[in-house]
Amino acid sequence: MITTAVKDKTFDVAEIREQFPILHRLVKGKPLVYFDNAATSQKPQVVIDKLVEYYSGFNANIHRGIHTLAEEATAAFEEARDTAQRFLGAAHREEIIFTKGTTEGINLVASTWGRQNISAGDEIIISAMEHHSNIVPWQILCLEKGATLKVIPIDDNGDIILEEFKKLFTSKTKFVSVVHVSNSLGTVNPVKEIIRIAHDFGVLVLVDGAQSTVHLDIDVVALDCDFFVCSSHKIYGPTGTGVLYGKRSLLEAMPVFQGGGEMIKEVTFASTSYNDLPYKYEAGTPNIADTIAFKTALDFVASVGKKNVRTHENDLLAYATARLEEIAGLRIIGKGKDKISVVSFVIDKVHPSDIGTLLDNRGIAVRTGNHCTQPLMDRLCVPGTIRASFAMYNTRDEIDVFTTALEKSITLLS
Amino acid sequence: MNDRTINEIEDEIVEEFSLFDSWDDKYEYIIDLGKKLPELDAQHKIDDNKVRGCQSTVWLVADYRDGRIYYNAESDAVIVKGLISMLIRVLSGQRPGDIVAAPLTFIQRIGMTTHLAQTRSNGLVSMVKQMKNYALAYKLKYQSQ
Repeated sequence: MITTAVKDKTFDVAEIREQFPILHRLVKGKPLVYFDNAATSQKPQVVIDKLVEYYSGFNANIHRGIHTLAEEATAAFEEARDTAQRFLGAAHREEIIFTKGTTEGINLVASTWGRQNISAGDEIIISAMEHHSNIVPWQILCLEKGATLKVIPIDDNGDIILEEFKKLFTSKTKFVSVVHVSNSLGTVNPVKEIIRIAHDFGVLVLVDGAQSTVHLDIDVVALDCDFFVCSSHKIYGPTGTGVLYGKRSLLEAMPVFQGGGEMIKEVTFASTSYNDLPYKYEAGTPNIADTIAFKTALDFVASVGKKNVRTHENDLLAYATARLEEIAGLRIIGKGKDKISVVSFVIDKVHPSDIGTLLDNRGIAVRTGNHCTQPLMDRLCVPGTIRASFAMYNTRDEIDVFTTALEKSITLLS
Repeated sequence: MNDRTINEIEDEIVEEFSLFDSWDDKYEYIIDLGKKLPELDAQHKIDDNKVRGCQSTVWLVADYRDGRIYYNAESDAVIVKGLISMLIRVLSGQRPGDIVAAPLTFIQRIGMTTHLAQTRSNGLVSMVKQMKNYALAYKLKYQSQ
């Protein structure tokens, strides 16, 4: 694999930055400081080029065409599946289903496995730090089936309380869906342990990898998760595509999600037989261009080396945390044991949105608000936070620009 | 009652803003306005008076006296309070029909629409809409009689 070959290559952030054209633009007359990477990452030139190359070189609908363009497009699309399989460590290529992204992946599992296997009185477990995308699909399912949603509590640091998790299991527990890395706090959850515990009770687990896949080495076989979902756009790839991984036996047994082209084997007006995996879950013309460029993004991440990136991002997180802790009246929200790339905070008597506006005036992009995790904000007793989230192209200098601007903003607002 | 027209007050604001060299100064001014905005009575800070579509919480109330509308509003974010202060200065004490018809060009003329990237989250658009809704409601209630 490419990852191992270049693992020890020196990591040069200046060289990395050169590859992201957007980082060279000005915002409000100032050099852009992009700290909203947990929302979406910026795209390297190779990914942008791949989209142009596809549309100008081999755009065609895939799988059925007999002509050259269709063959080229199909080959590139299926190569993306092979790359995604390796990137996630899946055992079989047909376990990789291309989706619109994480949200669609979760909805797919809730609508298919969920509809088939959940009945009145059953229980589904999620955690207190889920994104709305890993709450609402299960709420919809529970409402439809008369099932109950149970929530793993967290402590004040933002860590899952495993002892309490174990106590939630009853004979009615059917499914656990849990986030790998919290988008609001950056907490890395002990998903391997969570999966082991759930499996001891004979319960399946979905891991929401929206935030984790770009930072951590993912090995779905070693994790033994039953489903894993992620989005391309948070891994330096285009928006509108992502992956649902599912164990083959589960995907084979599940009912179909959407009906249409591609997912069928034979159609008559009386009945339809469905295609094999993975096409069974890929109805309609898929997002061909973005999926092909998603492969380019995965190759790009592998070539930089996740280990290098992680070392760099851990340094940024530690540096930002230290700098922020020097600011009077600032309180970091989420002090989990294991954190990645995200620092969330509040400031005494200052509204997050005011800070967001003033930072934007200095070309600094952060996220303010509840980060689509309203129940988590309620649990931590804050209306919202200011969140800075880092990627491979961010620097300590940018953190200095950010903390200086932050201090000025606080002075102005107080 | 406001003896100047909406247009006149808008021109005044535009002229004031033209004195500032940078957006830093403009923000400082808006923040200052926000800090000076009188507090809204606690009794008005209820869900019914909340303006939807804002990242911060905004409460807005409107009274009708002698053919004119008087607004009071508050927010938990100070920049938003500054924006409220300007909107109140322009619209409070005006006739419902004038408020409904006002194109409110000062917002664009001082560069607020292009500069405040988060206009939607700041709730500027929602606030203007809500103020106009009040005006429309009072117009229909009192002036169609």
